[in-house]
Amino acid sequence: MIKPRVPVSEQSPLTRKENFSEVCYGYSLEQAFEEACRCLSCKTPACVSRCPVGIDIPGFISCLKNKDLAGAYGIVSKYTSLPAVCGRVCPQEEQCESGCILGKKSEPVSIGKLERYVGDWALDNDIKPRQAKEKNGYRVAVVGSGPAGLTCAGELAAMGYEVTVFEALHEPGGVLAYGIPEFRLPKEKVVKKEIRRIEEMGVRIQTDVIIGRTLTIDELIIQEKFEAVFIGSGAGLPRFMNIKGENSKGVFSANEILTRINLMKAYSKEYDTPVRLGKRVVVVGGGNVAMDAARASLRMGCEVTIVYRRGEDELPARREEVHHAKEEGIVFNLLSNPVEIITGEDGWVKAVRCIRMELGAPDSSGRRRPVEVKGSEFEIPTDTVIMAIGTSPNPLITSVTPDIKVNSERCIVTDGECRTSKTAVYAGGDAASGAATVILAMQAGKKAAASIDLMIKNRYK
Amino acid sequence: MIYFYMDKKFEQEVVMYRIIYNKEIAKDIYEMHILAPMVARSAKPGQFIILVIDENGERIPLTVVDTDPLAGWVSIVVQAVGHSTHKLTALKESSQIRDFAGPLGNESAFVRKSLQELKDKKIVFVGGGVGAAPVYPQVKWLSEKNIRTDVILGFKSAEYVILEKEFSALNADIHICTDDGSIGFRGLVTHKLEPILEHGHIDEVITIGPMIMMKNVSLLTKKYGVPTVASLNTLMVDGTGMCGGCRVTVGGKTLFTCVDGPEFDAHQVDFDQAMSRQGIYRDEEKHRCRLDGEMR
Repeated sequence: MIKPRVPVSEQSPLTRKENFSEVCYGYSLEQAFEEACRCLSCKTPACVSRCPVGIDIPGFISCLKNKDLAGAYGIVSKYTSLPAVCGRVCPQEEQCESGCILGKKSEPVSIGKLERYVGDWALDNDIKPRQAKEKNGYRVAVVGSGPAGLTCAGELAAMGYEVTVFEALHEPGGVLAYGIPEFRLPKEKVVKKEIRRIEEMGVRIQTDVIIGRTLTIDELIIQEKFEAVFIGSGAGLPRFMNIKGENSKGVFSANEILTRINLMKAYSKEYDTPVRLGKRVVVVGGGNVAMDAARASLRMGCEVTIVYRRGEDELPARREEVHHAKEEGIVFNLLSNPVEIITGEDGWVKAVRCIRMELGAPDSSGRRRPVEVKGSEFEIPTDTVIMAIGTSPNPLITSVTPDIKVNSERCIVTDGECRTSKTAVYAGGDAASGAATVILAMQAGKKAAASIDLMIKNRYK
Repeated sequence: MIYFYMDKKFEQEVVMYRIIYNKEIAKDIYEMHILAPMVARSAKPGQFIILVIDENGERIPLTVVDTDPLAGWVSIVVQAVGHSTHKLTALKESSQIRDFAGPLGNESAFVRKSLQELKDKKIVFVGGGVGAAPVYPQVKWLSEKNIRTDVILGFKSAEYVILEKEFSALNADIHICTDDGSIGFRGLVTHKLEPILEHGHIDEVITIGPMIMMKNVSLLTKKYGVPTVASLNTLMVDGTGMCGGCRVTVGGKTLFTCVDGPEFDAHQVDFDQAMSRQGIYRDEEKHRCRLDGEMR
């Protein structure tokens, strides 16, 4: 008889829809210990092979079984420089936890919650991150301070490199700061602390510098004498549907709403940045960003409907996020797609005209292709429409650096070692892959750091 | 100039963003010089910056008016109209602001052209209100290359006229217009522009100012078939292509002012939509100002 998963406590849906505090409280030491004891410490663990950064999961869980938190953190931090972040935002159900042998008969070990516990313990107890044995004096520039850039910087600093990270915005963190909301990833308690730890490893973060404008990639290499440059500038450019009425007042990208709320803290009266959502909000899209935009709008006091063109099973968002959104009272209008934004005489959105969809044969992504049902148009009255249908890589750097090759999707072309077509320039994360997850960006940052290390060592051998 | 390699002292300055000059140059309009050496060195005519006053501040986009790459300052001109611009212009010299990032946006198209190409061009600039400020670096850039331009600047009245002395020092024909005739030509910039278009061959008109003025300039130049560039000052948050708040319809396509602009072919811009979109936060801004008023 396998013991069930230790449940994690959360703010109740009725309470949390009124505030921006974190939804999930995480495990206590006792709970973490109990959950850790469920792990069978498999000899050939399937969880490890499904972790993009290959964390020694049975290893750190074994330490937890002995309540050896320092040991657990020592293991986790060898593989990830952002454990408190990964424990919260990784899609564990598709990665490590999907490999857990317990999942075959019961529920898998709650690896994500355990990782979060270890990460939080290190932050709360101010455990010093691993330090380079000695500085090697070589300088590397990292463009963008999101998950890819921070990971690459942390890895290189641990190897002894002098790393400067350039961030275009006024706060570091990239999507961790502007995109993922406070109620899923606390900024002061987690993001800022994790970043401070990376700085403690000797990484310098220079905000307000727009690479491609303030300094070019060539200037970084030629004038500023950086041995290598890693581009982790993300996929920040929002897509729109190109339907009628989309530029009316009241139609926003999810990025704009999330940036105003998360980065600029528009939810607090203390801050100067406004956000205008009205009473009713329609969010278009079914991914994590759509859930974030919907749940943030709900917390601003709006009635929220999600419109998504496929069905429940096809929602690309994490199960947990969909579940949380439903609990909080967000309405899902599935198998429907906007065809027009209806604008009032005052220039503001009045309604979204949608059409019903049905699922046909699977498309290239393997998901069943949505097909319009003729004559099924209907209207949803609304004050605001938030488009959360994806983002593409920011062209700012590549448009002024023609020797960095991009593909038709504007993603930077890299080889298996994260090398771009330009000498000494590497890229990874969403800038190279297109919009993906935090952990995949971290994997790329880590791989790029190893490639950069190898290149510099070869250069000076 | 090297920022991150040799000169550690200079490096410190990079993050200081100190206000070294702040003067009211016309009613409620302030010229401010801010130390930001990296921006001062890299900014070109047509580009803008984004500043954040303090921890609670919003990101405010402003056009670069002038730079001194050696002294490391950037000049901006700000009209105190709302909560944040009042807060900014009230700052004393030697105080600091939290952030000053730039340059953003593309430089003016002519900066990329050869002098040979520009030499014989007849260019007319049309600026209105504080929009006269971003006209200045463009006229200055051309003036330094001995390319003489016509510059029409429109203001409400004499007390709102800015940068008159600075413009007069340039190699350009300056025409000041005011609505009430309290200085210069009495009438709108379009009244001044029309005879110029009528009588001579003009290659290009570049207009910066209130949307309604740019729209009217554009309608006029379209009539005369003169290519026209408008520099848009839409709402935006990040200025790097992320928020899409600055989107504008140009030739039927949606473009982002921050990364595709800020300059566009004026004849293709949907000014009515752009004007409407500028009002998205009007209610919030009014509310904010009323709150401030009560506190004073």
